[in-house]
Amino acid sequence: MKLIRDLFKDYRFAVAFGIVCLILLLAILSAFSPYDPRNAYQTPRGLPPSWQHPLGTTWLGQDVFWQLTFAVRNSLTIAIIASIISRLIAIIVGVLAGYKGGIVDRVLMSIGDSTLTLPIFVVLVLVSLVLRQWVRQLVNLGLLLAFFAWAWDARVIRSQVLSLREREFTFTSVLSGMGSFKLIFKQYLPFLLPVVFTTLINNMSWAIGMEMTLSYLGLGIDPSIPTLGTMIQMAIYRQAIFLGLWWWILSPIAASVLLFVALYWISLSLSEYLDPRARMQRIGGKQ
Amino acid sequence: MRFVKRHLIPRLLQYFLVTFLGLTMAFVLPRLMPADPVEQLITQMQAVGAGISPEHREEMMRTLRQLYGLEGTLWQQYVIFWKKLLSVDFGPSLFQYPVPVSKIIGQSLPWTLGLLFTTTAISWILGNLIGGLAGYFHYKKWPKLLDGAAMLLRPIPYYIVAMLVLIFLAYVFPIFPLAGGIGIGVRVAFNLEAIKSLLRHAALPALTLVIVGWVVNFQAMKLIVQTVRSEDYVSYAQFAGVKDGIIAFRYVIRNAMLPQLTQLGLSFGQIFAGALITEMVFAYPGIGWILYQAVLRADYNLIMGILCISIIAITTSILVLDLVYPLFDPRVRYR
Repeated sequence: MKLIRDLFKDYRFAVAFGIVCLILLLAILSAFSPYDPRNAYQTPRGLPPSWQHPLGTTWLGQDVFWQLTFAVRNSLTIAIIASIISRLIAIIVGVLAGYKGGIVDRVLMSIGDSTLTLPIFVVLVLVSLVLRQWVRQLVNLGLLLAFFAWAWDARVIRSQVLSLREREFTFTSVLSGMGSFKLIFKQYLPFLLPVVFTTLINNMSWAIGMEMTLSYLGLGIDPSIPTLGTMIQMAIYRQAIFLGLWWWILSPIAASVLLFVALYWISLSLSEYLDPRARMQRIGGKQ
Repeated sequence: MRFVKRHLIPRLLQYFLVTFLGLTMAFVLPRLMPADPVEQLITQMQAVGAGISPEHREEMMRTLRQLYGLEGTLWQQYVIFWKKLLSVDFGPSLFQYPVPVSKIIGQSLPWTLGLLFTTTAISWILGNLIGGLAGYFHYKKWPKLLDGAAMLLRPIPYYIVAMLVLIFLAYVFPIFPLAGGIGIGVRVAFNLEAIKSLLRHAALPALTLVIVGWVVNFQAMKLIVQTVRSEDYVSYAQFAGVKDGIIAFRYVIRNAMLPQLTQLGLSFGQIFAGALITEMVFAYPGIGWILYQAVLRADYNLIMGILCISIIAITTSILVLDLVYPLFDPRVRYR
């Protein structure tokens, strides 16, 4: 409880938390949508915002507000799949490399380092082009993104495990007969979770951004499934700006900007909370 | 001589190893995929309505396999891949058949490099200068305002920034052209008209890259300067009555520059990807735009070529930055 109260003292966390709650509410509202997001021509085309259609309607006769609820839900789903799976890979690789050391460490880390030097964006484009049909599903795109996002965190976790391995309590546990698995889960994981949680949020934001960029290229998700990316892409493709339907294109852009800012602020105040030195640095105090 | 033995040679070895691994991954990745690009291409052609008889289909598949370097065992393919790579031959492009991929890339590379280097330089210098001053005078009002702006801008990806810049500065207020690298009918030459047209077309993509890059440098520099500022030698200079401006520039910012230089090397890959995305949005005729075209036409050879070139470009630029580093830091003289 004290943790939560401390976090809310930071205005950024409070604001970001509010925005995230709003966005989650939007995502939940999608369950009550009166329209099916896949069908077109359910409303008059291109109406400006009004009481009946809070964010107007698209040129395809869809209600922007209800479309947006589905988009937010689907984008969050991709982000959560991508970030959780990639964190799992990062923990496994990082702990293995750090704990085993030697040849395992060297092989795992050089694989990770090479994925870091790869221009991931171009690789993602290539892979999702070859696997065009496969990545059209939400879950598959999440998995694909997860596969390219673990390397940096694995490195961080490895360095932490390296230092934990030398601590007193490791020797105590090993000498008192604790198995490696139990040692890692019971003793190491609590140390690793804060880092994992902060990077999880950063990774979610990366995954949402990548999904949008891939959608712009016509890769990634099936365009008839609304996500923030496909919604923007559809609006561009149907010339929303030339038609003057600004509410069609600006609504998903505004929603995603809010989401990005909120996620960033949460991760910022969390990492400052976890590392008080960073907080002191920010306000310019002496260390 | 000791510098060569102890630093240059290991660093070069590491460079070759990483480039080699990266390129090998570029070779392996598309081959791990369950889908066959050749088969997909033919299915796509048939879907558009091209009538292909079974015999023709076989022949086409063989020709395409050869073009894509997908013939023979995996090992043979790998040898061919390296042979072609070393002779800078990525095969013909499908999108402008039969122009070789290397020629298309060669034509668009100067555009990307020009855009990338100028914007990286501008945003690095601007971000560090303003970030440094903001960190030094952090108790004043304007750094706090800038900090707030940076916190709003930082999380927004290149794609969205580019989109917003395009909507507001090209559609709503049509100050700048919508797309392209130079005006229609204007040739790239060294005269006033061509240069004006070039600059006008480069303005928006450059603005996008500077906005994003500036924020990253600003935030990092501000943090570093705030730390350096609380060091004893700074307080000493203050007590000795050295002017604030001189302390800020000569004592503090100069010291804080160095980690920023390393940061530049590390983040180069990201900046590069950002430049590609920006070019796509603004239809700027660089590598990013070519990549966009290649994706639309499923041009496998061209994408492989772009991937290999980008891997080499990124590892090389990191190498160069690493080797240049001691020139800037008198404390890191390789001894």
